[in-house]
Amino acid sequence: MNLRHIGADFRIVSRTYLRNGAALFFSLIFPVILILLFGAIFSNSGSTAVGLEVLNEDHNSPVSSAFMNALNNTSIVKVSLVTDSSVTPSNFAAWLGQNGYAVGLVIPDGFGANFSEKRPTNLTLYENPEDPSAAGSATGAIQGVASYFNLAAAGGSPIVALGPTEKVGSQIYTYIDYLIPGLIGFTILTSPMFSMVDVTNSYRKEGIFRQLSLTPLTRAEWLTSRILWYVLLGFVTTAIMVGAGVGIFGAHVTLTLGLLPFLAVGPFLFVSLGMLAGSAAKTPESAAIIGNIITFPMMFLSGTFFPVSEFPAWLQPVAKVLPLYYVIDGMNQVMLFQNTGRALLDLLVILVIAIVFFLAAIRLFRWRDE
Amino acid sequence: MAGSIEVHGLVKRYGSLTAVNGINFEVPAGSVFSFLGPNGAGKTTTTEILEGLRQKTDGSVSVLGLDPWSQGAELHRRIGVIPQEFRFFDKITPREAIEYYRALFHTGADPKKILAQVELLDKIDSRYDTLSGGQKQKLGLALALTNDPEICFLDEPTTGLDPHARRAIWEVIRALKRDGRTVFLTTHYLEEAEILADRVAIIHQGNIIAAGTPQEIIREYGRPARMRVNGSPELADYLARKLGVQAAAEGGRIEIDLHRKEDALRVLFALDASGLPWDSFATEQDTLEDVFIRLVGRMDDGALKSGAAG
Repeated sequence: MNLRHIGADFRIVSRTYLRNGAALFFSLIFPVILILLFGAIFSNSGSTAVGLEVLNEDHNSPVSSAFMNALNNTSIVKVSLVTDSSVTPSNFAAWLGQNGYAVGLVIPDGFGANFSEKRPTNLTLYENPEDPSAAGSATGAIQGVASYFNLAAAGGSPIVALGPTEKVGSQIYTYIDYLIPGLIGFTILTSPMFSMVDVTNSYRKEGIFRQLSLTPLTRAEWLTSRILWYVLLGFVTTAIMVGAGVGIFGAHVTLTLGLLPFLAVGPFLFVSLGMLAGSAAKTPESAAIIGNIITFPMMFLSGTFFPVSEFPAWLQPVAKVLPLYYVIDGMNQVMLFQNTGRALLDLLVILVIAIVFFLAAIRLFRWRDE
Repeated sequence: MAGSIEVHGLVKRYGSLTAVNGINFEVPAGSVFSFLGPNGAGKTTTTEILEGLRQKTDGSVSVLGLDPWSQGAELHRRIGVIPQEFRFFDKITPREAIEYYRALFHTGADPKKILAQVELLDKIDSRYDTLSGGQKQKLGLALALTNDPEICFLDEPTTGLDPHARRAIWEVIRALKRDGRTVFLTTHYLEEAEILADRVAIIHQGNIIAAGTPQEIIREYGRPARMRVNGSPELADYLARKLGVQAAAEGGRIEIDLHRKEDALRVLFALDASGLPWDSFATEQDTLEDVFIRLVGRMDDGALKSGAAG
């Protein structure tokens, strides 16, 4: 390992990269687009309430108004009162269907009077079988409010009550907070993998490796300068993504020094793996296939977009054999949960895998033919 | 040490295929040696074995006193190579490429000086992917010179280049020889070998079928010199009778073999004495290309046995 060789090769890699518009776009702009896209899709969770059409036959009754208010306050359903005077309980079901509504509720005439005199009233719920989850949410909300009214009518007070909801972790986290470490992992995986698989194969085909084999540059030096470049690129993309996440979506991310080893070992691992995959393949086509077979499962199953704990039980062990899982889990531990012990274990796992891949890559990879 | 390159009984087999079948040659230090042969004759295989890029099957190979395969690292510091179809990083300029090689070889080479030598100074800051074929090849040559090599291996350095670019590369090769470097040149253009090489070897199906200076090979394997004049069949008959040689008119052209220099004078006197109209006389000699085509053609017809090397 000669530092001057690595430095000279690093300048070639960085210039090649910086002068290539597509490469730069995918490594710097694409992660920001991902943050914006996923952040926008998942961050406004307030609009998930189920729309509930209510046909109120109990006009001008304070009790029915209070009942509808209570339903709205659950945040589970959003009540909209049917104002069309031609709609009656007998044509309500047809009207819901014609207008594409999933759930409807009829409050019959005399609901308020019955409540005051503690006489039972039956509310009628209409549901669209095509949307069982909306119906389920509405049923739960209505039953909850009805129980509360029954209790009030009986003159009792609640014994068991649910306090304000707290989020998992030490602070108040939202989806975007989990998304940032996942997307950092995503870029640490994809930008070296796709480019290394391609470069390893095309440089061999074009004879550039042959050319380099006639210089004092060694394979280990060649691979090291690429690792250093992708580490640097990882730092820059991480800064951009954290900046976008915090600036646009108000993400809560702690930037600790503990993140640095993951940003260094991650590219070390995937640059080596990319070179291994690229040199194992004989043709550019098979290199692309091998690269995709390795990359795609990791892209989606390592907790990049969704936490692994939300996966079905049978899928979770699959995630745990993927190296990227440990990169992302480790970053979650240092950025969100301050769990140093588990982070160190994750780091050890990826470091060992990275060293194995590095040694295998320079061993398997040939500048020259036998 | 007699030669920069010494090859004895070199054999290379790929499975059951024998690419190089026990060849011998020497390249004296400071000379230009040209290695010729049709495609698939074993040229590139031999060159790559000398460069340490391929392992030999049998025989002995010494380049600058080193074994190219096991002492490749040391050898590569002392030789320069332009491979066939030189390729480099698309977005890198000639200046950066030479700075890169300079750092790898730990030399103090000046990019401007080297690029001026190969006539590429005007493209010093142009990216590789904007260079023409000839300019790319010149960059390859410039890189091969960055480590001040004792031997330059040039594998078809002018293939696909326009005549002007080819001549520019020839000038560089002549300059290399003037600097006292050994040049090992493979080429498809026999004219190039004839002009540049001190010695040539022709390889065919893994065997060297002719070796020596271009003139020696032409003398040994070429046809005699000929004189050609434009004239009628009557003139051809007259010359044949008068000189006692073969002379036939084809499409108004008469060819007469010249076995000795004096024969040319005898032909001219006979022409003058004939009293018949004639014009445009010229003497013709086989070129290396004529000899090469005939030799290889004869080998392919099976007329010559292998091992006819001179």
